[in-house]
Amino acid sequence: MSRREDSFFPNLEGRKRLDLIFKLVFFSANLVGLSVLLLLLGKIVRDSWGWLDMQFITSFPSRFPEKAGILPAIYGTVYLMIITALFAIPTGIAAAIFLEEYAKKSKFLSFIQVNVYNLAGIPSIVYGILGLTVFVRWLNLGRSLLAGGLTMGLLVLPVVIVTAQEAIRAVPESLRHAAYALGATKWQTVRYVVLPSALPGMLTGIILALSRAIGETAPLIPIGALTFIRTIPKSPFDSFTVLPIQIYNWTSRPQADFRAIAAAGIVVLLIVLILMNSIAIFLRNKYQGRIKEI
Amino acid sequence: MIKSGKDFGRERGIQLILAVAASFSVLVTAFIIISLFEEMSGFFREVSLKEFFTETRWSPLFNPPHYGIAPLVAGTMLVTVVAMIVSVPLGLASAVYLSEYAPDKLRRLIKPVLEILAGIPTIVYGYFALTFVTPAIRAVIPGTNVFNALSAGIVMGIMLIPMISSLSEDAMMAVPMSLREAAYALGATKLEVAFRVVIPAAMSGIVASFILAFSRAVGETMIVALAAGSTPKLTLNPLESIQTMTGYIVQVMLGDTPFGSIEYKSVYAVAGVLFFITLSLNLVGNRIVRRYKEVY
Amino acid sequence: MSMESVITIRDLRVSYKDREVLKGINLDIYGNKITAIIGPSGCGKSTLLRCLNRMIDLADGARVSGRVLLQGEDIYSPKIDPVRVRFKVGMVFQKPNPFPKSIFENVAFGPRINGYKGDLSALVERSLRLAGLWDEVKDRLTANAYTLSGGQQQRLCIARALALEPEVLLLDEPCSALDPVSTMRVEETIAYLKERLTIVMVTHNIQQAARVADYTAFLLNGELVEFGETSRMFTVPKDKRTEDFITGRFG
Ligand SMILES: Nc1ncnc2c1ncn2[C@@H]1O[C@H](COP(=O)(O)OP(=O)(O)OP(=O)(O)O)[C@@H](O)[C@H]1O
Ligand SMILES: [Mg+2]
Repeated sequence: MSRREDSFFPNLEGRKRLDLIFKLVFFSANLVGLSVLLLLLGKIVRDSWGWLDMQFITSFPSRFPEKAGILPAIYGTVYLMIITALFAIPTGIAAAIFLEEYAKKSKFLSFIQVNVYNLAGIPSIVYGILGLTVFVRWLNLGRSLLAGGLTMGLLVLPVVIVTAQEAIRAVPESLRHAAYALGATKWQTVRYVVLPSALPGMLTGIILALSRAIGETAPLIPIGALTFIRTIPKSPFDSFTVLPIQIYNWTSRPQADFRAIAAAGIVVLLIVLILMNSIAIFLRNKYQGRIKEI
Repeated sequence: MIKSGKDFGRERGIQLILAVAASFSVLVTAFIIISLFEEMSGFFREVSLKEFFTETRWSPLFNPPHYGIAPLVAGTMLVTVVAMIVSVPLGLASAVYLSEYAPDKLRRLIKPVLEILAGIPTIVYGYFALTFVTPAIRAVIPGTNVFNALSAGIVMGIMLIPMISSLSEDAMMAVPMSLREAAYALGATKLEVAFRVVIPAAMSGIVASFILAFSRAVGETMIVALAAGSTPKLTLNPLESIQTMTGYIVQVMLGDTPFGSIEYKSVYAVAGVLFFITLSLNLVGNRIVRRYKEVY
Repeated sequence: MSMESVITIRDLRVSYKDREVLKGINLDIYGNKITAIIGPSGCGKSTLLRCLNRMIDLADGARVSGRVLLQGEDIYSPKIDPVRVRFKVGMVFQKPNPFPKSIFENVAFGPRINGYKGDLSALVERSLRLAGLWDEVKDRLTANAYTLSGGQQQRLCIARALALEPEVLLLDEPCSALDPVSTMRVEETIAYLKERLTIVMVTHNIQQAARVADYTAFLLNGELVEFGETSRMFTVPKDKRTEDFITGRFG
């Protein structure tokens, strides 16, 4: 096969070298993410060093950084999440059940579906303006926890719907057939067969959605979450602040000490997020175990 | 089992409730459009469309005020382009590594890191931009403004890496194994398989990931509100203080602007443009993603 | 015609994780002949074939031991790069897998990455002619390969492999996804090709082995039960299991 030797020049060494170089380049791209993560966490821990103490956790905001604390923001965040969850979880799961189990394939269904996907991509600040217009002004809820919670609920609704849909879709068709064969109605099938097996997946989605909501700042700015709040909100109609808003306010001040308590606030926020995600993982593992037993 | 009439009514009732919940999402979209439109129409009674789209100054507080959206759009694009310059190569490279090179063990290590990166609140990224990246840039390039598009853009780009990486990786994973085998059997190296087979075959999904990331960057608020400044300006210099559309909205909303004033209404006009741009991008991006999911 | 062994397989063992699927294969593949590998599903035919061009390296958790000599050179020796082996040994798969590119680009793929310095168009034409596809596609070389029928796509894949002028061509059930007419065309192509190169073909179809193969290897549960000239093996099988298999009593 001499002709072959004459006409092909595979240059294997060169190509292998290029392959290796690019492999390293591609790998390093992933290191960038990791290093930024470490850098960011390191920077925040260092900035907040010495500022994060019980006094900070249990105090109200103040003009003096050394006296300022984050208590109302913690309460605000917790209350806001309760309202967001109470609104978005049932609505989102109900919508997902309808889209996956009830709706016939139709133009309208695919319109709803496309709509859900695109809602997920609308900038959060636009949700804030929606909340300001509809909840604060039209429904006259004022700059209240309720207005904020509902706005946040709308924001995370698409996330809840999409993840719940995926969880429902993952339930094997054979389980449904088994239920129907026993004479179960559609709703009984959904209620006693589909939902229990979709639950772990849904839980993950819900925690994902709430994690997103906890960290969101922009939609609450038009709603008018306050930063100088002297009381803990007592009813859904009270004014409020949340962790990210408080952090934003402190960060946007030029004094170094305020930056430091902003960093301390970020640490609190990240701890809350880590806790939530640990709970999600714990619940998921627990429920997965139970379903396997059945 | 014979179903009683009561059972039947119950089933219908439940179905109705579920249908209402599903339609609710459409209602949300409708309300976004209605609420934007209402105040926008008020705004355009006082400011002509021509001024809005052709005037090159945005200075609501001057006398007379100017309402040309161009500087805000330009500011947004400047930050977005910087973000894309950072996130596209890094995100794509990360995706190629994960889909073509990474051994399973490493994949299981890298993916969670990217997920954590994606889950960090934007306010934290904003803090990082302002207190770390900006001083670093100013140390390298003295004279850089404290508020600048570069810092916000770089940090936003890092924030977008996981999004591009995971969407592109999905697209590459959807390329059938048989195509890779065909190329390997012809004596291709991994790099050649990636560049000549996998990436071209996954191109539409990869482009969709860029589009969706672009849209995300256009709508991103907290990073630019903290780090990019509040100076509406037509400039290509990323070292200057600028203002984005989202940045303007935040600025007005934080002030004591009375309902019904022209400044208040201008927010809706800006938000309307923002909504229109991001919605168009998302429609295109999501459509491509759904299409390639159907192909394989 | 010489009866030299182009590929010599000695005590070849392959395991996936802990399961051994090839249990010490010894086999000679003769030059310019067609060797068929037959056997029931899961017996290790594809695995054996993939050992001959080191495609097996791509399978997760596959461990190979033993020797495979290609023209006297052990392709599993650490000195040897699998990429070079694949450059010399072509492969065609069960399901046609053309790239989503034009017909021309499909055939030109191998020559391009392997630095072909000759006339590329001529090489593409020659390869397509060898695969018996030229007349059908000569007017639409720029059309996407997916516009071809399944049988045409499979012959395109053969042309694609031939463009590297390989010494050996491996075919893994090349006709199993094709209709009878397309199958016939591919079989004709294969029969014609053995003038120029050595062919190893896995097939599920015993009649096909009888029609085209000079030699047949019968594999069962990872062991080589019988190997010999096809005409002899199909008339007087030495092993009872071979007889059962070719008469359709199992498998
Ligand atoms: N990548 C892999 N990982 C683990 N096991 C594998 C892998 N590939 C094949 N096997 C197993 O090895 C055995 C042999 O597989 P092989 O594909 O070689 O069989 P085959 O004879 O080609 O079968 P068929 O006629 O169905 O194509 C089978 O039991 C199969 O399950
Ligand atoms: Mg096989």
